[in-house]
Amino acid sequence: MRILSKPEVCIGCHLCEIWCAVAHSRSKDIIKAFLYEEPKPVSRIVVEDRMPVSFAIQCRNCDEPECVTACISGALYKDIDGRVVHDSSKCVGCYSCVMACPYGSIRIDKSTQKVVKCDLCDGDPVCVRICPNDALMIVEEGEAYEEV
Amino acid sequence: MFMMSYQLPEFVIERREDKCIKCRVCERQCAFEGHEYDEEFDRMFSYEDKCVGCQRCVVFCPTNALIIKPHPGDYRPNANWTREKLQDLKKQAETGGVILTGSGNDKGYRIYWDHLVLNASQVTNPSIDPLREPMELRTFLGRKPDSLQLEIDGDDVQITTELTPNVAIETPIVFTAMSYGAISYQAFKSLAMAASEFGTLFNTGEGGLPTELRKYGKNAIVQCASGRFGVDPEYLNCSAAVEIKIGQGAKPGIGGHLPGEKVSVWISETRMIPEGTDALSPAPQHDIYSIEDLSMLIYALKEATNYEKPVSVKIAAVHNAPAIASGMVRAGADIIALDGLRGGTGAAPKIIRDNVGIPIEMALASVDRRLREEGIRNKASILVAGGFRNSGDVLKAIALGADAVYIGSPALIAMGCTMCQKCYTGKCNWGICTQDPYLTKRLNPEIASQRLVNLLRGWSHEIKEMLGGMGINAIESVRGNRDHLRGVGLEDWELDVLGVKGAGEV
Repeated sequence: MRILSKPEVCIGCHLCEIWCAVAHSRSKDIIKAFLYEEPKPVSRIVVEDRMPVSFAIQCRNCDEPECVTACISGALYKDIDGRVVHDSSKCVGCYSCVMACPYGSIRIDKSTQKVVKCDLCDGDPVCVRICPNDALMIVEEGEAYEEV
Repeated sequence: MFMMSYQLPEFVIERREDKCIKCRVCERQCAFEGHEYDEEFDRMFSYEDKCVGCQRCVVFCPTNALIIKPHPGDYRPNANWTREKLQDLKKQAETGGVILTGSGNDKGYRIYWDHLVLNASQVTNPSIDPLREPMELRTFLGRKPDSLQLEIDGDDVQITTELTPNVAIETPIVFTAMSYGAISYQAFKSLAMAASEFGTLFNTGEGGLPTELRKYGKNAIVQCASGRFGVDPEYLNCSAAVEIKIGQGAKPGIGGHLPGEKVSVWISETRMIPEGTDALSPAPQHDIYSIEDLSMLIYALKEATNYEKPVSVKIAAVHNAPAIASGMVRAGADIIALDGLRGGTGAAPKIIRDNVGIPIEMALASVDRRLREEGIRNKASILVAGGFRNSGDVLKAIALGADAVYIGSPALIAMGCTMCQKCYTGKCNWGICTQDPYLTKRLNPEIASQRLVNLLRGWSHEIKEMLGGMGINAIESVRGNRDHLRGVGLEDWELDVLGVKGAGEV
């Protein structure tokens, strides 16, 4: 399973980033997470924009992930479903993966000095669910996508 | 010379700081630059003088931190010199120009739909449950024969009368003329997709039909207006019907002007004009100065389409509409389109929008009556536009004599429009009335077309329910059937024009 970005309908609102951060916060409440929680939640998805072009990007779960190759502690690995998984307990915060990822999809959580990445929200990604313009979609392996 | 503006802000922007997470979504959504994040102070700031009240930021705010409401600050109360009158006057004193506006007349002229009530069956005639029994909304637009000759040979029945072309629609609701140029490509395509999916029609307006959208032609009424933009043989022949636009309800007697900055390479290709040049639609059609001239254009278009398409003529509802409509039918029009006082627009002088034309209810009733009296009602369908807000209005219009109803504003509202009336600025935050690629992207045709289909489905369901309540199982039986209407709170002359009895009269 991968999340596909559709730049032709991405409106650059950044709501996916906000709700991703909430989904990975302690309270799961948007106001508590942003205004009161410490440390502040970190989004796993990033909207790249140079308007009018914009798109949201998160871990591509590459077939041959450079981050996994670069990881010095075995914290990043590819699981049997093909997902790139990050085991925070093994992460030493060397950021080799951050430098290796060609998509900039591994982010640094300054509070823990470790990295965070998209975990596909256990199969129901919040970014896809809340995108107001259907600019993100789930694509299963081998599925084709037709442009609007 | 610096001239300070004496305008009052129109809206208050209330930001509830206990809810604002400074995510900047409001800032990104506002093309009028009403919100701004300041990094130095780590705060959002709002500028009320820029707010148009479109509510985009409110809907998008993930924490509901924003409230946009009309500005309570006002001048000394004065029934004559209202806030709006003063503001308009000050604006003109500052600019010396004609005040522009968008969408439809918002003044308090009597809305007759709200003074007409429908009938229902009780005891002596059974009502029908549309969920259990068939209910027919299919409507045919076009000229009907004066009489029908049949040849009956046993079980075989043949119609021997030569029939004129008619277009079948699955519901008596059609999307009104909104051109590519006035609205975004995405909005235009959404209308085409929805009309095609539901089995009704959309109207191209006067801006042509992009070649890749001609696959939706069989659901398109293609317009031939005073600017003749985008008219070619394929355009005419790919359509369901052709419409000659004489006038528009929002601006009777006024032409159109699409500013050059909106004429992108794609619009220039579709309209067949140079990129970046103003698209000027003259006020009159320069080859039509009489009914005879109109007849020549009608037959020129029929000739060009091999007499296979009904030809519609659209006029704004004005004082003399019945006589003009009679002339239009005699000139060969197969569909009479009437656009009333409350019809919308992308841009019009405010003084025209708010003061010229007559309500569609009156125009419809008087045109229908005139055509009946002259025995030519069958020769043309009547399509009415301008001021329909729900399925009740639609059914009342059909009972007043309309064959079908054109909807514009309801379709835009379904796609996101909030009637902020800033269409003419080209900065529509909802991606509808703009050509800015950053803004037009906001309308995903996949979503917008579904919203439109849902609108058509909802209204059609409601019409069926109301018909069932009347004990009628086909829209055809209520067409022009004023017995199903009664007036409430209307003067005698109004009831006379509408041709309906007052409530309680039997």
